[in-house]
Amino acid sequence: MDLFFEFLNTLKNTIVDVLPILSIILGFQLLVIRKPIPHVKQVGFGFFYVLIGLALFLLGLEKALFPLGKMMAEQLTAPEFIQAGNQVLTSIHWTDYKWVYIFAAAIGFSTTIAEPSLIAVAIKAEEVSGGAINANSLRISVAIGVAIGIALGSYRIVVGHPIHYYIIAGYVVVVIQTFYCPKLIVPLAYDSGGVTTSTVTVPLVAALGLGLASTIPGRSPLIDGFGLIAFASLFPIIAVMAYAQITETKANRAEKQLEKRNRIKLDKENTRKLNVNDETS
Amino acid sequence: MNHQIYVFLKALLGSCKDLLPIVLVIAFFQFAVLQQPMPNVGDILVGLALVVLGLTFFIYGLEMGLFPIGESMAQAFAKKGSISWLLTFAFCLGFGTTVAEPALIAVAKEAATVAATGGIIADSLESQLSYANGLRFTVAFAVGFAIVVGVLRILRGWPIQYLILGGYIVVVLMTLIAPNWIIGIAYDSGGVTTSTITVPLVTALGVGLASAIKGRNPMIDGFGLIAFASLTPMIFVMIYGMVIH
Repeated sequence: MDLFFEFLNTLKNTIVDVLPILSIILGFQLLVIRKPIPHVKQVGFGFFYVLIGLALFLLGLEKALFPLGKMMAEQLTAPEFIQAGNQVLTSIHWTDYKWVYIFAAAIGFSTTIAEPSLIAVAIKAEEVSGGAINANSLRISVAIGVAIGIALGSYRIVVGHPIHYYIIAGYVVVVIQTFYCPKLIVPLAYDSGGVTTSTVTVPLVAALGLGLASTIPGRSPLIDGFGLIAFASLFPIIAVMAYAQITETKANRAEKQLEKRNRIKLDKENTRKLNVNDETS
Repeated sequence: MNHQIYVFLKALLGSCKDLLPIVLVIAFFQFAVLQQPMPNVGDILVGLALVVLGLTFFIYGLEMGLFPIGESMAQAFAKKGSISWLLTFAFCLGFGTTVAEPALIAVAKEAATVAATGGIIADSLESQLSYANGLRFTVAFAVGFAIVVGVLRILRGWPIQYLILGGYIVVVLMTLIAPNWIIGIAYDSGGVTTSTITVPLVTALGVGLASAIKGRNPMIDGFGLIAFASLTPMIFVMIYGMVIH
């Protein structure tokens, strides 16, 4: 029964969050467009499902994943875990945190795979591209990007480098890739940076950043704790463009190989024909 | 009916697959690295079941409700041919969905605490609140602005890379002159603006517009709205930091 009331409460919060969007849509539809919404019943049910789904999703995360994930982030960054038996960290080396980097990458990857807004964009991309872009491959490349981004962001907090060096370097890579990668993927790649970080990823990543920044001497949780999300939005762009480049190169190579094979086949056939001709003559 | 059940079960299975990596990661770290037993297994199982069910419903409703409404509105605006109404709608959608975004409210609050302890603003609840609100409205305005620019780009067919790269250059230049304490917050604010409902709607809007306008390719012109929405908040928040300073 408690669970049911919790669900109602989450549902109420979700509805409150969606209310502005809903009123804007309805307002413009009724006052500006002034046409009935096509398939209004189906759209209404769709909205209803989205609300129920989101509320269930958030409640489940709150119940199962967030407490555990946050606890893990705290435990993995706690001084006792990093240097066995020490309450306060003395001198740290960045390699002391190897489990933190691995955890950061793993949790970044796995939460991105479950991110609903990324699923939405991936479905749309597959539909619009007529299947040329595979929804699952896109999601996996974005997830790899987030994994690298969060691991690198954790490393940055540990060593204490200023954030903008990393971000600016990342921008330079994005600019270079933009010129070399297939044109079709560019807007989608830029988009994938923004969709990665919403319901699932942000709370866990924030806990990780806060845990790191509050236990390492010389870091301020309030200044260094920020910034992980920026990493998680930058690296997917690079990863998606890299994915497109790899697929294109592979396709080109396969085409060339096919051409070559066909040519060899043709040559062979020609020689055989010649031989046959020789024999008959 | 049987067919519907089959579709639902298939979607449920898909959601289980989406969730499997998280379960594996958490189990691995709990048992192998931290070497601790799993606390409240019952709660966790119930929670996981809810997450799987929720994700299934969400994706189901997405294709039934959110995508169609986004695309049909885009087409209706394109047919109506009134650019000013379309841009007003774009701005409202960006501003309205961001200003109430819970993730943004949380970040703004945290940022206000940083600013107060750092002595940037007075250490009173009132000034913290006004700072947090200022930040929220700045970001919401930035997102509204971003969607307007993004929609204009689709209408005019401007290539996205120049706009985004130009934005990057502005971000880099602003980073050099903006006060240090705002930079981390500004960079993060780009990522927290786009919520789970906004993203499908805005994507459908872009794709719908690009398919309704002659000469636009939905793949090249339709995507990219979210990219703008994650870029402009960085710039606007840094401006906000400089103004406060």
